[in-house]
Amino acid sequence: MKISVEQIRHVALLARLALTPAEEEELTTNLGQILQHMDKLNQLDTSGVEPTAHIVAVDTPWREDVVTNAPDTDALLANAPARDDDLFLVPKIID
Amino acid sequence: MTLRLGTFESVIGLEVHAELLTASKIFCGCSAAFGAPPNQHTCPVCLGMPGMLPVLNRRVVEFAVRAGLATHSQIAPVSRWARKNYFYPDLCKGYQISQFELPICEGGHVDIVVDGVAQRVRLTRIHMEEDTGKNIHDARGNASLVDFNRSGVPLLEIVSEPDMTWPAEAVAYLRTLRSTLQYLQICDGNMEEGSFRCDANVSVRPKGTTTLGTKVEIKNMNSFRNVERAIAFELERHVRVLEDGGALVQETRLWDPDREETRPMRSKESAHDYRYFPDPDLPPLVVSDAFVDEIRRTLPELPEARRGRFVGALGLPDYDADVLTARRDVADYFEAVVATHANAKAASNWVMGDILRLVRERKLDDAPAITDWPVAAAHLGELIALIDEDAISGKIAKTVFEEMVTSGEAPRAIVARLGLTQVSDEGPIIAAIDEVLAAN
Amino acid sequence: MSTDLTIATAAERLRRGDLTAVDLTQAALDRIAATDDAIHAFLTVTPDEALAAARAADAAFANGTAAGPLTGIPIAVKDVIATAGIRTTAGSKILADFVPAYDATVTRRLKDAGAVIVGKVNCDEFAMGSSNENSAYGVTRNPWDLDRVPGGSSGGSAAAVAAGQALASLGTDTGGSIRLPASYTGIVGMKPTYGRVSRFGVVAYASSLDQVGPMTRDVTDCALVLSILAGHDPRDSTSVNRPVGDYAAAVAGGVAGARGLRIALPREYFGEGMQPAVEQAVRTAATTFRDAGATVHDASLPHTEHAVGTYYILATAEASSNLARYDGIRYGLRAPTDGGLLDLYRRTRAAGFGPEVKRRIMLGTYVLSSGYYDAYYLKAQKVRTLIRRDFEQVFAGADVIMTPVAPTTAFRIGEKTADPLQMYLSDVFMISINLAGLPSIVLPCGVDENGMPIGLQIVGPPFGEEIVLRAARSFEAATTWHHLRPPDLAERKPPQ
Ligand SMILES: [Mg+2]
Ligand SMILES: [Zn+2]
Repeated sequence: MKISVEQIRHVALLARLALTPAEEEELTTNLGQILQHMDKLNQLDTSGVEPTAHIVAVDTPWREDVVTNAPDTDALLANAPARDDDLFLVPKIID
Repeated sequence: MTLRLGTFESVIGLEVHAELLTASKIFCGCSAAFGAPPNQHTCPVCLGMPGMLPVLNRRVVEFAVRAGLATHSQIAPVSRWARKNYFYPDLCKGYQISQFELPICEGGHVDIVVDGVAQRVRLTRIHMEEDTGKNIHDARGNASLVDFNRSGVPLLEIVSEPDMTWPAEAVAYLRTLRSTLQYLQICDGNMEEGSFRCDANVSVRPKGTTTLGTKVEIKNMNSFRNVERAIAFELERHVRVLEDGGALVQETRLWDPDREETRPMRSKESAHDYRYFPDPDLPPLVVSDAFVDEIRRTLPELPEARRGRFVGALGLPDYDADVLTARRDVADYFEAVVATHANAKAASNWVMGDILRLVRERKLDDAPAITDWPVAAAHLGELIALIDEDAISGKIAKTVFEEMVTSGEAPRAIVARLGLTQVSDEGPIIAAIDEVLAAN
Repeated sequence: MSTDLTIATAAERLRRGDLTAVDLTQAALDRIAATDDAIHAFLTVTPDEALAAARAADAAFANGTAAGPLTGIPIAVKDVIATAGIRTTAGSKILADFVPAYDATVTRRLKDAGAVIVGKVNCDEFAMGSSNENSAYGVTRNPWDLDRVPGGSSGGSAAAVAAGQALASLGTDTGGSIRLPASYTGIVGMKPTYGRVSRFGVVAYASSLDQVGPMTRDVTDCALVLSILAGHDPRDSTSVNRPVGDYAAAVAGGVAGARGLRIALPREYFGEGMQPAVEQAVRTAATTFRDAGATVHDASLPHTEHAVGTYYILATAEASSNLARYDGIRYGLRAPTDGGLLDLYRRTRAAGFGPEVKRRIMLGTYVLSSGYYDAYYLKAQKVRTLIRRDFEQVFAGADVIMTPVAPTTAFRIGEKTADPLQMYLSDVFMISINLAGLPSIVLPCGVDENGMPIGLQIVGPPFGEEIVLRAARSFEAATTWHHLRPPDLAERKPPQ
């Protein structure tokens, strides 16, 4: 399947990636080629075939409802690019 | 509230997000309690740090099954976790772990009564998901702050079919649903704190047609009153736009309770594309028959059944039964009073009157479950017994009740201490005189 | 002293007391200092932590409490695996300064076994690549030929072991990322069955495919390290709760392990475009096995040609979601912005991710997007089922499957960067195995006309780690390829 520059821009917005015009152009070509290769899958008849989401069958694992974590706020905010005391600071969010 | 819809009729569907009363979060061992200082209840998992993985809290599944059984839903033996992808500062991984294709519950219903008429609202689905953190706005000029304490608190999303027509039905549905969740002890139902949140999908169409009109989603309604007003406002707005020959846009609008109007949400991009896909970190959820049966066996009596029993077995009027069963703790208290002394109507009057007045005055009903009642249920039963025995009059009983509230003493003790026994015939007086004479 | 030891040998000498952990660790650190300008395997060297761990190991030996089988052994860890208090970058600028407060489960298991972690090694950004050229921190060079790639994405892990900078390393394998570099650098690397080793604390690329595995000098060491890594982890819901095999016993039989082994050679894995020396080496390996008492037969994996397409749909879809958390809010790079939130997201991710990561995020976002999900994502999940069935059919009549690792030996730096699709296609012999979740080992089986190592791949059924190790050890015992070492690096400088 071919992909258009407009589609590339739409996908880039969904993925929150700012692209330069050169990147947009390159991706249009690259992704087009790769998708063309992927389109070969359509040659296969998969009617009645179950999709595989998990390759190994595992019993539903769960844990008991117990609080195991003690507050460690300072260590957890140590990597924050911007903070205000114990809160993460971000540009103003508009509802 | 009268709506002016002209030649149109309205269609309302509701989406409820109920925070579950678990001790820990859905996928990590952080506390799920409300009201901690910012980011105290966080860990690498609920902050979405690199390499962190979710592990499911068993109780969340238990609670979801309880809600499913109580709403007559089918419980899926295998359900699936999905990722809902979007960017927002309060969403720590860039996706929310939710359920999409195969939710845990489908096809239930909630029976409601509006103006004495019974109605059934069908449920599309109930699914489990994680809550997001909280963005704090207006804290400073051009910045917002994010607190992830709520990130990963378990939620049930309960989606109704568009089976409602009037705002009052929407409110009746929400009241019934909330009371059910409270009876099940899985959600405290606090709308102001956001533990019981509601979004409405509304549309209008010309009377007699069946295709749904353009749907608008309303958010930010944090009380029953707001739900009713917001839906009414929005329906009338739709009719106005259409009558003026305009067209509606499918959008999300926020209810502004101060200005009593809805306005379009600015932040979220118009074209949503959540790109749901099965979460590879969580295998399908398998729920055995034995697991479901055990929950069914321990399910408490639900409001509908209890209301029926109060009317049928205790002979209460419908109105009393409605008021008393609206909250599980109130109904439990009422039954404890009746267990002490079997006069249901008198107990109902006292509970609906003086007790609930004090509960409201003292804001005791803010708590998920009322524990410190103004007077002990056994004491109230004893008080009613004293009246029924003609030991005191109804007027004296009011005085005794006030004294019970202040001192916490049992009514018989108060009556004795204050010498309030009424003299209704000569028998007791003669007996008392005999006693005095015998002692001398 | 030499760091050119196997773990088994070093551990024996440490136990006997004629080698100290501090000396061994210092030798590894010296080796890194002497050779890493040329190779660039390490992103972070941790001499203080390493020497402290080595001193603890020596103390444990001295008072007889050294229980861990890796006590005092210098090991390197791929930089997508979290190490508490040590920078973990995933080869990306977006995590340039990220210091996790937690260990990955595999890191914890290494430490509990007494291992000495000497540092964090280079890889393609977020493990996306086949050559290590996608690291934000520069390419790692192949110790056998500094003009060539070490393979990817665990290129730093492979080069460090091949160059004697560590006795073993951890890699991760999503579509060949342990096996290709092992093959290109003449060492042993193993991707365990999906679910055998915990992914907790491992920066996710494609969660339904990622596995951590050992990279070592020989098969016996591989079995030893795997026995430390394998096992159920309640913190990873896809981790499998079943007993871990006796991997030491599996490799104890030497050549005799081949006796009675039924080996399948899939015909789709040989054909045009293959370097003759590679095909020759694998065919010769088949003869070696026959001579040792195995039977070898042809088999077919008919959906092989669809593996690359299937893989790049599923892996990039998962990656697009897994990498959404790198948004500049809670940790990692935040690009300067004078605009609002949307601008912050777009600029941060544009500045923080390299071209290949962006390409895969774009591809993955596209195949999941509205209107394309069924045609790509769902279709690929169904083809994944067909690929798994291919293997089930072959394993009905075979104990292991033997294949080449890649059509060629290590290529030159820059040779394939212009054509991403060609780069993707070079992973075709490994990708199906991830899609089917199978255990697979790669070990040296020859050299080509340039003296570059050739790898042999042996694949087992689900949780067939023991039979895979047994087969690999029998081949190794019958050959001498694992004794070959790259030319001395001490005097070499990186090409300008
Ligand atoms: Mg929801
Ligand atoms: Zn947490």
